[in-house]
Amino acid sequence: MNLPAGREPESESRPAPAPEPAPMQASRTSAAARLTSALGARLRSWEGFLAALLLCIIVMNALTSPSFLSVENQINLFALSIEKVIVVLIMTFVILNAEIDLSVASMMGLSACALGWLVQHGVPMPAALVACLLIGMLGGAFNGFWITVVRLPSLVVTLAMLIGFRGLARVLVEDRSIKAFPEWFEALGQQPLVGPFPLSLILFFALLVLAVIVLRYSGFGRQVYVIGINLEVARYSGIDVARVKMLLFTTSGFLSALAGVLFAARLGTVRGDMGLGFELDIITIVLLGGVSIFGGAGSVYGVILSILIVLYLRNGMSLSNITGHLQTGVIGIILILSAMIPNVRGFLARVARPGLFR
Amino acid sequence: MRLRAETRREGVLLLLIVLVLFGFSLVIENYLGARLFNRVSASVAILAILAIGQTLVVLTRNIDLSVGSIVGFTAYFVGQQLSLDNDIHPLVAVLMAVGLGAALGACNGVLVAWCRVPAIIVTLGTLALYRTILVEYSDAQTILTVNLPQWLIDLPRLNVVSYERLHLRAVVAVMLAVAVLFQLLLRYSSFGRRLYAIGSSPEAAHSAGFPTRRLVFAAFVLCGALAGLTGFLFLARFGNITVVAGLGLELKSVAAVVVGGINIFGGSGSVLGAVLGASLIDLLENSLIRSLQVSEFLRDALLGILILAAVAIDSVFMKRRRDP
Repeated sequence: MNLPAGREPESESRPAPAPEPAPMQASRTSAAARLTSALGARLRSWEGFLAALLLCIIVMNALTSPSFLSVENQINLFALSIEKVIVVLIMTFVILNAEIDLSVASMMGLSACALGWLVQHGVPMPAALVACLLIGMLGGAFNGFWITVVRLPSLVVTLAMLIGFRGLARVLVEDRSIKAFPEWFEALGQQPLVGPFPLSLILFFALLVLAVIVLRYSGFGRQVYVIGINLEVARYSGIDVARVKMLLFTTSGFLSALAGVLFAARLGTVRGDMGLGFELDIITIVLLGGVSIFGGAGSVYGVILSILIVLYLRNGMSLSNITGHLQTGVIGIILILSAMIPNVRGFLARVARPGLFR
Repeated sequence: MRLRAETRREGVLLLLIVLVLFGFSLVIENYLGARLFNRVSASVAILAILAIGQTLVVLTRNIDLSVGSIVGFTAYFVGQQLSLDNDIHPLVAVLMAVGLGAALGACNGVLVAWCRVPAIIVTLGTLALYRTILVEYSDAQTILTVNLPQWLIDLPRLNVVSYERLHLRAVVAVMLAVAVLFQLLLRYSSFGRRLYAIGSSPEAAHSAGFPTRRLVFAAFVLCGALAGLTGFLFLARFGNITVVAGLGLELKSVAAVVVGGINIFGGSGSVLGAVLGASLIDLLENSLIRSLQVSEFLRDALLGILILAAVAIDSVFMKRRRDP
């Protein structure tokens, strides 16, 4: 994406104080300036702001519902959205790279439906699992081919495959639902594996650690950033841009397929509309985490905080009997507000100045 | 003779549409005929108006993902008002839809233009937000066709001109009028040219002294207004409106715009292209349903591939490849 007025959460520069104008105006300007500079100091770091927000939500949730902090509830709230947060990890990489993958949720649905279809047609479970993950990699590589070789914008390619993968999922399952999985598979999705943790949670944390290491400490992670910041510079410094992008989209397909398989295991049944609309939730979490939609800026820590914020907020609202749709609305408001805050200072300064609509 | 880039692109799209028509006529019996035109044109009208609105926003290097929710919201709201009071004048109903859409679009516009939030973030948020407001507001009630006034129920079958069995529906005429209006606006008015300028280079447009914020705001308001109009037509076409009305239309409108050759990074494209893009997508969808060899479920899978192919062909023809 390449839209104007980029948000730069970590480099919010503060211009020198304006010379004092006429008295009447001065009181308004300075009040606004005082308010905003206090805000600005706190919000200097995006992660700091997210952490404060998270703390508020935790305190609020803990006060309204004593069961919020219990281990079961914590594990439960993670398990309920585990498919989304796994894909959030790779989406962070993709958006940092100044690309986007809108086809993830459809790929999730496709791999889940493929699993159901294969098992129903008598393919042994392990072979079916491998096949599903392969489908994910192939689908991701297919996206990557159009983006790196044919050089179409990723927004366009993955929008088309959002429709395409979903269509394939519906071809396999039509409008039925398939419930054909062996018991051990459903148990793997629903019951704790090690201590109180189900397999999906363990996988997520393993992937999280891997994501932090790769993004912060590996050469590949640095390449992802550099490409996101400036493609030309990246190419002139000898980075194989096409290879990096291809790898990202293939991994994105692979992890989406993995998430789809885990989704199938958790629900025990597959349907053609599984995961419909998840891509918006996933992108919302990444952007709320302070990753710039223009690529190159943002950290995986912000994304971790934002995962917790969204999950805790949804859980807190569920505990106070607020329905799913209203939850989605609240997340939407938070997304917009969070993107506005870095600009609030500038906005207040403009409002305080007469002649807004010059 | 050298043709303008836009004209060439529109020619390619037209060629693609003819190819699709030809291809399906080999597969399906009695494919080409008045029935096809009547059916597809009515269905194209809805998507095309939405795509024209989306074009205005995309030209300025922005995107509006909330149009599906705006369509659902206006369809529901106007449907509800009309079921409560069947005597509302048709013109008032249309103005209500357009006004409501424009107001919702204005919210997007303010956030993008003055609060400087990237459009994709704003409209991703309002996509969820408008839908939520609709769900809360509707209280899980459905608008039913039986409660709607008769003129609205008859509207989709109302013809402006008929030639033997070939009908030009009123809905299609509205779409054509909107298309001509905005094509002229974009080609010849200073407002239209400035939208292109902003999309080509926001900095340059700003330096040239264009009121970029007001222009971007105006693009979002117009997009919302056209989405409101689409909502009205949606209500007329389907009659029964639930809270999920228009879900997914945002992606279809972006697909139509992209297939129509409007650069997703702003600055180039035409209204005619958007209308042709919408037509191609809708024609494919309608034809795939009718062709017996293709199951209803394979339709979307093929549609995705065909959108990709259309865009790829366009990019090869236009040699407008993005840097990798």
